Parts: sequence; C-alpha cells; structure tokens
Amino acid sequence: MIEIRNIQKTFGENQVIKGISAEFKEGMCNLIIGGSGSGKTTLLKCMVGLHEPEEGSVIYDARNFTRMNFQSRIEIRTEIGMLFQGSALFDSMNVEDNIMFPINMFTDQNHKEKLDRANFCLERVNLAGKNKLFPAELSGGMKKRVGIARAIAMNPKYLFVDEPNSGLDPKTAIVIDELIQELTVEYKTTTIVVTHDMNSVMGIGENIIFLHEGKKWWEGSNKEIYQTDNVELNEFVFASKFMKALQKK
Amino acid sequence: MIFHPLGKYILLLKAVFRRPEKWNIYRSEILHEMVSIGVGSLGIISIISLFLGAVTTVQTAFQLVSDFIPKSVIGMIVRDSAILELSPTISAIVLAGKVGSSIASQIGTMRVTEQIDALEIMGINSPGYLILPKIIGAVTMIPLLVIISIGLTITGGYIAGTASGAVTGQDFINGITSTFIPFTFTVSMVKSVIFAFIITSVSAYQGFYTDGGALEVGRSSTKAVVISCIAILFTDYLVAQLLL
Repeated sequence: MIEIRNIQKTFGENQVIKGISAEFKEGMCNLIIGGSGSGKTTLLKCMVGLHEPEEGSVIYDARNFTRMNFQSRIEIRTEIGMLFQGSALFDSMNVEDNIMFPINMFTDQNHKEKLDRANFCLERVNLAGKNKLFPAELSGGMKKRVGIARAIAMNPKYLFVDEPNSGLDPKTAIVIDELIQELTVEYKTTTIVVTHDMNSVMGIGENIIFLHEGKKWWEGSNKEIYQTDNVELNEFVFASKFMKALQKK
Repeated sequence: MIFHPLGKYILLLKAVFRRPEKWNIYRSEILHEMVSIGVGSLGIISIISLFLGAVTTVQTAFQLVSDFIPKSVIGMIVRDSAILELSPTISAIVLAGKVGSSIASQIGTMRVTEQIDALEIMGINSPGYLILPKIIGAVTMIPLLVIISIGLTITGGYIAGTASGAVTGQDFINGITSTFIPFTFTVSMVKSVIFAFIITSVSAYQGFYTDGGALEVGRSSTKAVVISCIAILFTDYLVAQLLL
C-alpha cells in the first residue's frame, strides 16, 4: 500500500499540488484523473521522487520515502516499475537490452537467466521475438508494451503508469489497459495510473481520485462515478456529447 | 547570477563522482566513450592539425625577412606553437564543437524524452551513469589526440615549408630538434586534460538541465559549445600564467 499525506508542491509562484492525502491499495488499479493542468503528473512525480514536495510525505508500506536520502531510496526504487507517457525507452539499446537494463544493474544473474527473464516479460506483453528491434522501429503501442515489459522486469511491488493511452488508437488503448489490470492482479502490485481517458476510467478504475485545481475533489470507484453530484467531476466525465447523451438516458 | 548555475554544476559533479552501482557496466560504457571520442574525432583533428602546421610555417616564413635569422627558427616556432598552443587549444575548441555539442544534445534529448527520469526511477545514479564514462573517456583520449595533433602539425609544417620553398627540410628538422624544453610538453598535457574535463562536464551540465523540447535541446547544445570555448580560453590563459 502507498499512502500520501498532505502533499504540497509549488513551481515558482504557482502552487500545483495543494495538500493532497490519499491511500492507494495493493492488488488494485488506482486511478488519478483530472483535466489538463490539474496536477496529476506532478503528484505522480512527487510520489516516485522525481519532484520533491515542499510539504507532506509519501509512505511505501510504512517506509517514509520523502525522508530518505538517495542511498536509502534505492531499495524502494528497485521495487518500483514505471511506464512513462512517451515510454522513455533507451534509444541506443534494443528491446532486449532495454528490458535487461535494470536486471543488469541490480542483480548478479548470469546472461542466460537475464535473457530468460527478458523473454518472459516480452511474452507477457505479447511481443515475443521482438528482442532485437530498436525503439525507433516500434509502433506507439509496441513501445508502451516494451515499457511495461521493462517496468515488470524486476517484479515490482509498485507500478506507476503515466497516461498509458496517450497517442494510441482505442483498440490498442484497451489492450494496454487490460494488460495493466492483469499484471496488477497477477503480481499483486499497488498500481497507480494517471489518466484522463474515460475508457480507462470505466474499464480499470477500481479506486479513482479526481483532482481539480491541485486538490483532491472526489474519491470513489468507476461504479460510483456516474451517480455523483460533484459538479466539477460531472463536467469532466460528461464533457463529450456522447457521454452527455449517455447521462440523459 | 553566476552563483546559482555554478552551484548546480558543482552539485552535479558531486553526483557524477558518487560510487558506481556496478563497475563492469560502467567499464563497457567508458570503453564505448573512448572509441566514440577518440577514434570518432581522429579524422577532424588530423585534417585541422596538418593545415594548422602548414599555415603556421608559411606565415612565420613570411614574417622572417631578415637574413640574420636562421631559417631553422621556423621549425622551432612551429614546434613550440604546436606543443604549447595550437594542438591543445585549437583541438579543444574543435572538440567542444564536435564532442561537446553531441554530449549536450544526447543528454538533453534523454532529459526531454524522460529517459533520465526512467534511470532515476530504477534507482540508478543518472549523472554518474551518463556523465562519468564521458569524462573518463575524454580525459584519457583527448591528451592522446593532442599528441597525434602535435605530430601532424609539425608534419604539416614540414610539408608546406619544403613544398613552398620557405625552408629546406634540413633547416626545418634542425629547428624542431634544437633547444627543446620538455616542460612545454608537460604544460600541453596538463592543458589537454583540463580542457577534456571542461568540454565533457560543461556540455553534460547543459544537457542534463535541459527543460522543454527539441528547441531547448538545440539551445543547450549551442550554449554548451559557447560556454566550453570561453572556459577553455580562460583556462588556457590561467594555465599559461601559472605554469610558464
């Protein structure tokens, strides 16, 4: 479980995160949703230590991450897998080397063991045999899947996913969503997905936090999101004509 | 105004020299950088050095109009200019353009495409992994390039001098072999090591703190070259003042 307490983050004069507290449960897809500029990605980056919050703490299973120094954080970071919005694959390495990279860095496995693990991860994301391709040779969906394969290479306890569906067609987006949900159940990871994609919200949103103007505005599940009378959330969820028609029905 | 970036630069260097996670991975990265910087720059350094030597010989001969000055002085001037100034400094400025801009754009692109964030999430010391191999690669290979450059500058001078008739081959060789002060070579090596460190660390700093997109990567690359060149020339003066 990951717990955040009173997270605050400011850039210059602009306070982006205004004291957010929440709990993200194990074995569950936790979604952080909100409009552009609501602070979703900043909150995610505060949680993984890419941004340092001015106030508040991030607690990974009773371990206070925010108070740790660089060396102490390494232990927790080896338990984290993250899929970035643009996949963030290393351009100079092929698919296989990208997946083996964290294993090379933090384990003493021999080459065969590392290769077996890379092949297993690739099979898990339905990309078996694509080992020698470079990121430039992959489609957007394939890059995301390689990013997921790299994220699960070290058997993470915590999986962070930033905008998994951005730039993908709806069919591929659903494949990625389903893959994230399957992996969450399979590995019992605490999964946190930042998204503004309503298909993801309806598909995998077991626990949803809605951010608005840097504050936690609403919390619930995908079943509860239709019944809420929260004005800002309704404006976000029913923004499209299709969703408005659905709401009237 | 200068203190904030200077402080960030020093903190970045502190992170660069943190203990590596795994030496064998760093070792292969260092070898890769040595090939990239050393072998990759050999062509341009060779061409520039040959022409620098040629130009220095022809222009020195043009200025030595007195019959009282022996022609062997041309060889002496070319040798000392090559060792003390032309090879270490001009090579460093050329390498700031070639190697420095490449480092800044490579690291800058990794920053804007979140590849550096990915390294940090994995628990890897990203400044160490990305910058240390480049610094070690440059500090070992650039002095070797400067030694090759010295040889080629003198060779270029010999070819141009004899071909143009400005100096005979024998006079030129007499010039380069007489009154040689070995300490000048030490100064040249000290300069090349310092310049190598400046090129890689300044360029890596510019790339590492790139913020934005493709446009900012280009800007970082340009800034890396400009700041490296100024720092090289300033350090050149400082070393000359201190050691000579």
